[in-house]
Amino acid sequence: MAETAEGKARWEATTLKKALDRYPERQGAFETTSGIPVERLYTPAEGAPDYADGLGYPGEPPYTRGIQPTMYRGRLWTMRQYAGYATAQESNQRYKYLLEQGQTGLSVAFDLPTQLGYDADHPLAEGEVGKVGVSISSLEDMETLFAGIPLERVSTSMTINAPAAVLLAMYVAVARKQGTDPAKLRGTIQNDVLKEYVARGTYIYPPQPSMRLITDILTYCKDHLPHWNAISISGYHIREAGATAVQEVAFTLANAIAYVQAAMGAGLDVDEFSGQLSFFFSAHNNLLEEVAKFRAARRLWSRLVSQRFHARDPRSGQLRFHTQTAGSTLTAQQPYNNVVRVALQALGAVLGGTQSLHTNSLDEALALPSEEAVRLALRTQQIIAHESGVAEIVDPLGGSYAVEALTDEIERRAVGYLDQIDELGGALRAIELGYIQREIQESAYRYQREVETGARTVVGVNEFASEESQAPATLRLDPQLQQAQTERVRALKARRDAAEVAQSLSRLEAAARGSENLMPAILACVEGYVTLGEICDRLRLVFGEHKEAYAL
Amino acid sequence: MLPLVATQALEVIPAMTNRIRVLIAKPGLDGHDRGAKVIARALRDAGMEVIYTGLRQTPEMIAEAALQEDADLVGLSILSGAHMTLVPRVLQQMRQQGLAEIPLVVGGIIPPDDAVALKALGVAEVFGPGTPTTEVIAFVQRAAGARP
Amino acid sequence: MELAELIIAGDRRAIARGISLVESQAPAARELVAALYPHAGRAHIVGITGAPGVGKSTLVNALALDYRRRGARVGIVAVDPSSPFSGGAILGDRIRMRDLAGDPGVFVRSMASRGNLGGLARATVDAVTVLDAAGFETILVETVGAGQAEVEIAQAAHTVAVVQVPGMGDDIQAIKAGLLEIADVLVVNKGDQDGADQAVAVLEAMLSLAPPRVGPSGDAWTPPVLKAIATQGAGIAPLAQAIAEHAAYLERSGQGQQNDQARAARELHQAVREALWERFLAQAGSELAAAVQRVRDRQIDPYTAAEQLLRDAEP
Repeated sequence: MAETAEGKARWEATTLKKALDRYPERQGAFETTSGIPVERLYTPAEGAPDYADGLGYPGEPPYTRGIQPTMYRGRLWTMRQYAGYATAQESNQRYKYLLEQGQTGLSVAFDLPTQLGYDADHPLAEGEVGKVGVSISSLEDMETLFAGIPLERVSTSMTINAPAAVLLAMYVAVARKQGTDPAKLRGTIQNDVLKEYVARGTYIYPPQPSMRLITDILTYCKDHLPHWNAISISGYHIREAGATAVQEVAFTLANAIAYVQAAMGAGLDVDEFSGQLSFFFSAHNNLLEEVAKFRAARRLWSRLVSQRFHARDPRSGQLRFHTQTAGSTLTAQQPYNNVVRVALQALGAVLGGTQSLHTNSLDEALALPSEEAVRLALRTQQIIAHESGVAEIVDPLGGSYAVEALTDEIERRAVGYLDQIDELGGALRAIELGYIQREIQESAYRYQREVETGARTVVGVNEFASEESQAPATLRLDPQLQQAQTERVRALKARRDAAEVAQSLSRLEAAARGSENLMPAILACVEGYVTLGEICDRLRLVFGEHKEAYAL
Repeated sequence: MLPLVATQALEVIPAMTNRIRVLIAKPGLDGHDRGAKVIARALRDAGMEVIYTGLRQTPEMIAEAALQEDADLVGLSILSGAHMTLVPRVLQQMRQQGLAEIPLVVGGIIPPDDAVALKALGVAEVFGPGTPTTEVIAFVQRAAGARP
Repeated sequence: MELAELIIAGDRRAIARGISLVESQAPAARELVAALYPHAGRAHIVGITGAPGVGKSTLVNALALDYRRRGARVGIVAVDPSSPFSGGAILGDRIRMRDLAGDPGVFVRSMASRGNLGGLARATVDAVTVLDAAGFETILVETVGAGQAEVEIAQAAHTVAVVQVPGMGDDIQAIKAGLLEIADVLVVNKGDQDGADQAVAVLEAMLSLAPPRVGPSGDAWTPPVLKAIATQGAGIAPLAQAIAEHAAYLERSGQGQQNDQARAARELHQAVREALWERFLAQAGSELAAAVQRVRDRQIDPYTAAEQLLRDAEP
């Protein structure tokens, strides 16, 4: 490199000093949203990694520059808007609308009762049915959800964790009914329960049986659904819970390590199942830090897979990920500002090389998104894809001294966390000890205080606030919806052959008490219209329920 | 801005004080507890005693805890949209336990119309996303201090 | 006195208000304790202590469920530390006691230590008195076994269970914290983890080196070391059994009476100390402040200053 630290020192002592003496900077020090100190200027002295080891070429390890050689020149990222509300029928209409609008993949949001394995008629489901997603209690609902949508032609992502096996079985059953070979199905289930314990709270079973369910699903997918991502290891919710960019990378990869270890412990070969692991990250506000975060995560995972797990196939270390813009950055005040935030966050995800993207709607800090707001969010992606020009160059910020320096720094700090988690005995143990939860809470609280002391500006909230309220029209759900859904489930339960239901549940229970793969027994239940709640309850009986591990 | 952390560091706190006791609960099935925990810490740092009940609390559990803990104020955090079902039930349970005079506040994603409706039902205040914790602290001090 | 009557009648709202009152240590609190005192003394008080993270709350939850199955009413006082900076506290023990929700035979109260050593012990003892007078037959007092205050609270119990977990290196936390001496029962929780049996063996070895505990009648008590998995409810019935055996031993050996005597003396002595201090403050509060300045400026040493203050304050 021609330029060195000496050159920078000279500049600092002369040109810069003169300027600073006359015009001091806005702040004494600057840092990213995540607290990484930011230099005023990056030069090759800070931001010039070893090209071959640190960067390499797209489609080659360590994949810093992207996992495909041509990236978006070949195919644009999948524009995948997370959607789902009310009943299967209404969500089905929304999916068809989104596909007509040019969306290229589906992403199913389930309501909380479904996510926690309760049927719509369960007492705890009251008030929650159809609220944050669609209510699915049985195969009947799933058939309605995908009616008229040929499953062999769409890829479907399902945000489902604790009962992931049941919803996956329903999806397979719908495909069979449509006459589609399940082996052709493409899509993802989130199926990442570890982050539920630390960040999202939607767990059912204790860690051990949960890990077994996950490895059962991995095994089943490897054998029967080769194009299916059996797990989407999620940093998104960890970030939303308050983590920094570094913590998002570190804790997600720590969980990933735990899953790989569990799968290998169950006798799977890392080169065989790694193609079924995918990741899910947040795109937050600080543009350059976020781009660096995605690149650092990619490089670190590639290194972990080859060095720690001794994968032979270099592709095993490819970190493929979905991104969602950060919901927690949306403000209820001046909601139209959110359009701009989402655009910048989406740009960060694209510059960071995401495989698929969800852009949030401007009204999500107020209520469920309206159809109009969802369309605008999708248009944001389309403008980035077709008008901004950033999709035409692979890793366009690669080589930026600033971005490379931040990439190095994020990786270095994430490795520090991983070492600490290893020392505690791995992610599961660290969660049990409350270590990860505490770290996230510390960051969340620090961020809140920075906003309140004015150290961090949130436009329209602690600065540039204006009195006039501009509340956009938001979506309202039909209050009769829960009643209708409850009646549907009850009618189904009354219609079935009770003996058959009891028999498949007994088979499931026997499988759960033993060590065989649970997927076939769950699939048999689902196809016999045994409900989600019935299946999950039977497993609760065998596995017990997780108790909230750590508070504050 | 008010400082969040009181600065009488390491001073021995007089035992003969009545500290404000606040119950913070997450009713329903929503597992997003970032807001509830941030508020809990902010109230603690403002010198209050916060009883934190954790996730998936039923209205019955919340009212029972408010009673046993002799809470001066109850705060609920709901982001799932189930507030119009859950909050009236908590109010009803609290009335049944004879706790009608204990102020109940709600935080989370609550559309403006619903906030008005909840206040009409007896909720003392509704705090939306982006509310500074200082505002919540000030409200709690006022509302809990007014209690006999 | 209405509040005391309501408490004795088992009114839950009154119990809650009564605990707040004794916690505040306001003058009215003394009247309440005075009214309740003759009605208390029937409950068996069990202290549960151990380092943070050993699973005390989960153990208390499981133990309370076990007592409930046998029909005993259970009062629980769970103490957490106050922040030394703000004086506030986050009390999170209820999270692990959700199985007890909705049971009218259980009363759970969270308490903050409020920074004052003697005060905490007294507030806790008084809170136990409220629950005792209200008719709870077993009272579980959960504290973090980290400091002198917790040891004091534990001493106010009839039976002290010290909780450990395996796998935290070779250290036995209870020994470090000075808790082995006060343990009547030892529990190795998370007994399914590696090193549980080893932890039991180490504790048993430590106990065999300790001098035997012999009661007035000549009966000896050797603290049992039990293994438990509180999250699964495993080992809880034997723990309850061990606590019951210890209670029977206290009765049989005369040790219980001796402990009660010591406890009464401690409580009385403390009350006298506090009363004297308050009286002294009332009489010589301003002189005290002035004397503090002089000690700070090294014009006088603390001992001589104390002598002078007391002489001047004498009636």
